[in-house]
Amino acid sequence: MSLLAIIGEALRALRLNRLRTGLTMLGMIIGVAAVVLMLAIGQGAQTMVNQAISSMGSNLLIVVPGATSSGALRSGSGAVQTLTMSDAQAIASLPSVKATAPLITGTAQLNYGANNWSTVVTGVTPDYFEVREWAAESGALFTEADVRSATRIAMLGQLTARNLFGDEDPTGKMVRIKNSPFLIAGVLAVKGQSLDGRDQDDAVFIPITTGQRQIFGNQFPGTIRFLMAQAESAEMMEEAEAEMNQLLRQRHRVAEGMENDFTVRNMAALTAVATGAAKVMSIMLGAIASVSLLVGGIGIMNIMLVSVTERTREIGIRMAIGANRRAILLQFLLEALVICILGGLAGIAIGIGGAWAVSEAVGMVVVITFGTVVLAFAFASGVGIFFGFYPARKAAALKPVEALRYE
Amino acid sequence: MTPLQNPASNPLIKVESLCKIYSLDSGAAGNGNGNGNGNGNRNGTVNSQVLFDVSLSIHRGEFVAIMGHSGSGKSTLMNILGCLDTPTSGHYWLDGSDIASLSDDELACVRNRNIGFVFQGFNLLKRMTALDNVATPLLYAGVNRSDSRKRAQALLHQTGLGKFAAYQPNQLSGGQQQRVAISRALVNNPQLILADEPTGNLDTQTSREIMEIFQQLNREHGITIVLVTHEDDIAACTGRLIRLQDGRVVHDAEVPA
Repeated sequence: MSLLAIIGEALRALRLNRLRTGLTMLGMIIGVAAVVLMLAIGQGAQTMVNQAISSMGSNLLIVVPGATSSGALRSGSGAVQTLTMSDAQAIASLPSVKATAPLITGTAQLNYGANNWSTVVTGVTPDYFEVREWAAESGALFTEADVRSATRIAMLGQLTARNLFGDEDPTGKMVRIKNSPFLIAGVLAVKGQSLDGRDQDDAVFIPITTGQRQIFGNQFPGTIRFLMAQAESAEMMEEAEAEMNQLLRQRHRVAEGMENDFTVRNMAALTAVATGAAKVMSIMLGAIASVSLLVGGIGIMNIMLVSVTERTREIGIRMAIGANRRAILLQFLLEALVICILGGLAGIAIGIGGAWAVSEAVGMVVVITFGTVVLAFAFASGVGIFFGFYPARKAAALKPVEALRYE
Repeated sequence: MTPLQNPASNPLIKVESLCKIYSLDSGAAGNGNGNGNGNGNRNGTVNSQVLFDVSLSIHRGEFVAIMGHSGSGKSTLMNILGCLDTPTSGHYWLDGSDIASLSDDELACVRNRNIGFVFQGFNLLKRMTALDNVATPLLYAGVNRSDSRKRAQALLHQTGLGKFAAYQPNQLSGGQQQRVAISRALVNNPQLILADEPTGNLDTQTSREIMEIFQQLNREHGITIVLVTHEDDIAACTGRLIRLQDGRVVHDAEVPA
């Protein structure tokens, strides 16, 4: 009997028991849909984390003033201001460090015409944009000369620009920051969420010197809030960390045995943790979803076993008129497989639909890859073959005379 | 290709010293064919012998009736002749081939190509049209769907059921169902038809019609027919009568015309 004819027989048998076929298929549909949906959510989370990581810039080390504990007085990092511009310059000259970006930050009110917007004002040097791999979308970045002469010039983040200017192009316009007029040099490209969930486009950047002298007035001259350093390569992160620690201890005259008055954070470690966590979540969601697929598969086996018993006489008749064991085996195996494949296809469609609904309703990032769909489909077929084989073999192993006599 | 390709000089069916013993769990010994001499043994099974040393030959073109009381072993003999069951001991040559030497798949092929079955309960596939029922053996023989349907339609026409091709078994009368079953038995041009009480579920008039079909097949197409029956007038339509009693052949003679 040709395979095509056997498929025809299998389809006919399934059509005869529409309700049962449908209910069995439902188990498969739910299982596959759950797998597709969970993988989509898991991969969405991974994508979000990866975006946040890549938006941070690569091979970053962050130096913040203060230590987690200092003698009897324990204060959080950043509580004291011990880092200076010259520290940043000194670190930049280390062989393992490509560039450094000192920062000062604060919150200020921005005004343009009738619009106002309160946002984070960050004083930076042009190196900052290089370290963060952040380009101007319109206009041009301010320059080293602007930093030297403490010019009142600003780069707007996308969200700030939209809130103050709407559809207007802000480049070349004047904006007031804490009532001081600033020329807008340009608007930065979209950066998206950071790892801690802040919208990085809700920002404005000015030369660090301008910030020190004019916006955040009462600081010790030359002090900075923290600094970012970019290592030459991913392999040199550890080396850069060690060199920076050594250099800063020396510069800050930290005596032997005393704790650092600064902290160097290796962002690679942080990103590894974040990626790892997202991956674990993804795998766990997939594993939970595959349990329902397993249950669906057992449902198929159950129904196929009932079907074989119910149709014992039919099997006997078929054997009497010339069906060999292979034909009987294939007929029942294909019935299970057809249920799984049709259920799998429907499940994939529903899973994709569900993923879309989730992203629309909750605003969650979901990612459905071709690989996910192929995996779900292969999984469904595998379940069909695995759970269909035992009942099919049972049917094929029947003795013709006994099957015929079965009431 | 069929496993059976032997010169026509041999008898079509030859059995020698055929024995069949069923081993039944003692708890279930009451059903099935367990009417023979029960011999209990220590591990709780009961052996019951249904056929004792049966030997017979049936030649091409014969029309043979097998009679016997219920439990005389005639159905068991039919099942063995039909390659649906295997003897416990003894030999069975069908068309010169030793059936014991054939694999399961080869036996399926023999049932498909060389033997046509007609059962008392018709044994049609439910919820399948008469046409598809008749065409199914051809599908197992590897004939494509449209050719097999054409052939099935022709056979239904021949048995007078041309108009009922699209009907399902439960929409047909007993006589019509049996004609469908005969068409199905004939669809692969078998040399041998085995009919196990084909008229058992039919009224006298219909029985006579069915017997006429068998006689015609035997006479005009030279098909060998072996038929089990309870009824003397059915046996009278055949050419040779074999009587079984308690698993032994007690009578084997031509039926006077």
